[in-house]
Amino acid sequence: MATELSMLPTQVLAPFKGVKKVTIEEYFTSGHRTCQGCESALVMKLMAKAAGPRTIILGSTGCMYVANTTYYSTSWVVPWMHTQLGASGSAAVGTAAGLKALMRKGRIKQEPINVIAFCGDGGGADMGLSSISAALTYPEYNFLILMYDNESYANTDIQLSGMTPYGANTTFSPPGKARRLLHKRWKKNVAGMLAAGHPECRFVATVDASYPLEMMNRVRKALSIGGPTFIHSLDPCPKGWDYDPIQSHDLGELAVETGVWPLFEVEDGVLRFYGKSKAIAQGRKRKPVREYLLRQGRFAHFIEEDIEYFQTKIDQMWERWLLPGIAPFRLADDIKKALARSETEIESTA
Amino acid sequence: MSLATQPVPTADKEMLISGCAAIAQALRLASIDVVTAYPIRPYDTVMQAVAKLIANGELDAEYIVACSEHDQFEIVKHASAVGARVFCGSSGVGWMYAMEAIAVTPALRLPMLALVGNRALDDPGAFGCEHNDALCVRDLGWLLTWVDTAQEALDTALIAYRVAEDPRIFLPCAIGADGAFLTHSEALVKVPSQEKVDQFLPKYDRGDKLLHPDNPITVAPQVNEDWVMEIRKQNDGAMRRAPGVIQEAYADFHRIFGRQGGNPFVEEYMADDADVILLGQGTLSMPVKVGVRKLREQGHKVGFVRLKWFRPFPTQEVQDALRGAKAVGVIDRDYSFGSPNYGAVLYNEVRSALYDLPQRPHVISFICGLGGREVTLDSVTEMSEILLKAAKTGRMDQPNYWIGVRG
Repeated sequence: MATELSMLPTQVLAPFKGVKKVTIEEYFTSGHRTCQGCESALVMKLMAKAAGPRTIILGSTGCMYVANTTYYSTSWVVPWMHTQLGASGSAAVGTAAGLKALMRKGRIKQEPINVIAFCGDGGGADMGLSSISAALTYPEYNFLILMYDNESYANTDIQLSGMTPYGANTTFSPPGKARRLLHKRWKKNVAGMLAAGHPECRFVATVDASYPLEMMNRVRKALSIGGPTFIHSLDPCPKGWDYDPIQSHDLGELAVETGVWPLFEVEDGVLRFYGKSKAIAQGRKRKPVREYLLRQGRFAHFIEEDIEYFQTKIDQMWERWLLPGIAPFRLADDIKKALARSETEIESTA
Repeated sequence: MSLATQPVPTADKEMLISGCAAIAQALRLASIDVVTAYPIRPYDTVMQAVAKLIANGELDAEYIVACSEHDQFEIVKHASAVGARVFCGSSGVGWMYAMEAIAVTPALRLPMLALVGNRALDDPGAFGCEHNDALCVRDLGWLLTWVDTAQEALDTALIAYRVAEDPRIFLPCAIGADGAFLTHSEALVKVPSQEKVDQFLPKYDRGDKLLHPDNPITVAPQVNEDWVMEIRKQNDGAMRRAPGVIQEAYADFHRIFGRQGGNPFVEEYMADDADVILLGQGTLSMPVKVGVRKLREQGHKVGFVRLKWFRPFPTQEVQDALRGAKAVGVIDRDYSFGSPNYGAVLYNEVRSALYDLPQRPHVISFICGLGGREVTLDSVTEMSEILLKAAKTGRMDQPNYWIGVRG
């Protein structure tokens, strides 16, 4: 069946080889009203820069809609359209499908146009998960869905989302006299879930804008490889996480160094950890999560027991999961033995 | 013979097809670019027909089986923004599931065409025809029309594209088609030639509203109280221009295809000299016309008016059609719980439209045929008798009646 796929060509976006090689032009510029230290605004800027001028961007409801498109002062240089909170996947599919039909029928010039739909964690991991999952199964359309995850509904007053870390203080989970922790759900494992659940999707990655070059190059790869792709970005949020805006980058780095946020990409069925996560996966010691948690006011109500619980969960992810950050289960012993045996057989035949 | 195995008509030809299959033929002739399907009875037979057209190479479009109605409507919304001619549809609660996307489309000025195969909003479980699904868009800026026959379904789909995509309008359009009665009933349909359709229907040209790197606009920015009222008024302007554009389209349609002459907004049946008039939408016209004819044979001056366009509501045409009557009965296949006089939706619209007449007829609300229940000849007689009594005595016993209902 794959031979019947009619794909449009994509733009060839080679990786930027060093910060000094990054293009000067900006496609997300002044005019926005994001908070000081907003890492998601940086994600938008880097994403647009990485994609270049022949790009259409769709933005679902959230901070990066409301703050960036005040009428008469839009910050978008490239064409941009709003989509509904849970519709980033559908927006990407519809735009790509429309372009494809019109190019095939000769109604618009045939050329590779990047299509990027972004969503926040509320729009992506909560409401729009079904739409994104659906989108990743349409192999004939080229687009990237980027989820900027600031770990709450930050536009509407910092309410908890399915991506808010365990125990965090949000306006929907305030610590109180009777209940110290109102929020006891563990954060969803979205990139891993989408990579595992959509075997035809050629590129899924996690990124962190504290490492801008790595981040931009993953956007470029996602747009070049063809078909539907997905990137999950962890974005420190001064307002929602409650810290001095000057610390955004530090927190982005700490998230990786403590192992809370693993950086990885799954490209054509091959999983790679990259950046500091690669060293961690290879055994380098992680910083204690305490260093990450205690710099954020949203965890100020944590007692020792909560920090320990958090550390245990992160330790489990790296030490007990089949694939850290991706597959939160282990193999039963008999299966492990059987798989090890067949692997030996494969090696000996080779 | 199935629709799919029939050859593509190159000239006008007749086909025995359902209302949904007739619309699929219109989509083929309109050369749509993107279509999204999701299953729910009864509208989805149109998508089954589309799927066969795609599979057989008779229609060149991006055919996308979506994963929910919300996805379905969002996908075509965005395809329309980049200049594609699009189609989708739904029924009953499926239409409601898509309501967020449906609600925002008019302000985006996207001329999406959607079929509503009218269905009850179950629970409790009911597949049958009820108009409350489509009527949910009455205040949202959608053009909304109801069709009566498979022929009218095909014709109206072509007319709807022409009106919706007119740059003076740029509004989405919903076609109401009674579930089962029209969606699934087959009739002989004249399918026009491609040449004639091309003459009638220009290509969709979004102009300076096109979302494309050559035209880097920001669509749907944050306007808040600064501008949203002006934008609503602009949409109102488009809706107010719609009657004129609809009239132009029908005139051209009649000139090119030789059908759809007469008044585009209302169909009048024995209404000229009628003392009492029944008014309704969609396929109930069949039993009502038969009932009216029988009552006429008995010497009762009864008439029928079928409303074809609900939005824009043809106030003048409805006034003209009803002004001579002593009593008017509005038959609704829908209901509006707790509304004025505990009447149904169309009733209150018609009653409001008649308010400015110097001599107003009595207007009675008949709630009839809900959940797919048939509007029978007995029901037509019952409703007519209520109207005749009101006309004779000059007073109404009550403003509303549930017809053909137990208890």
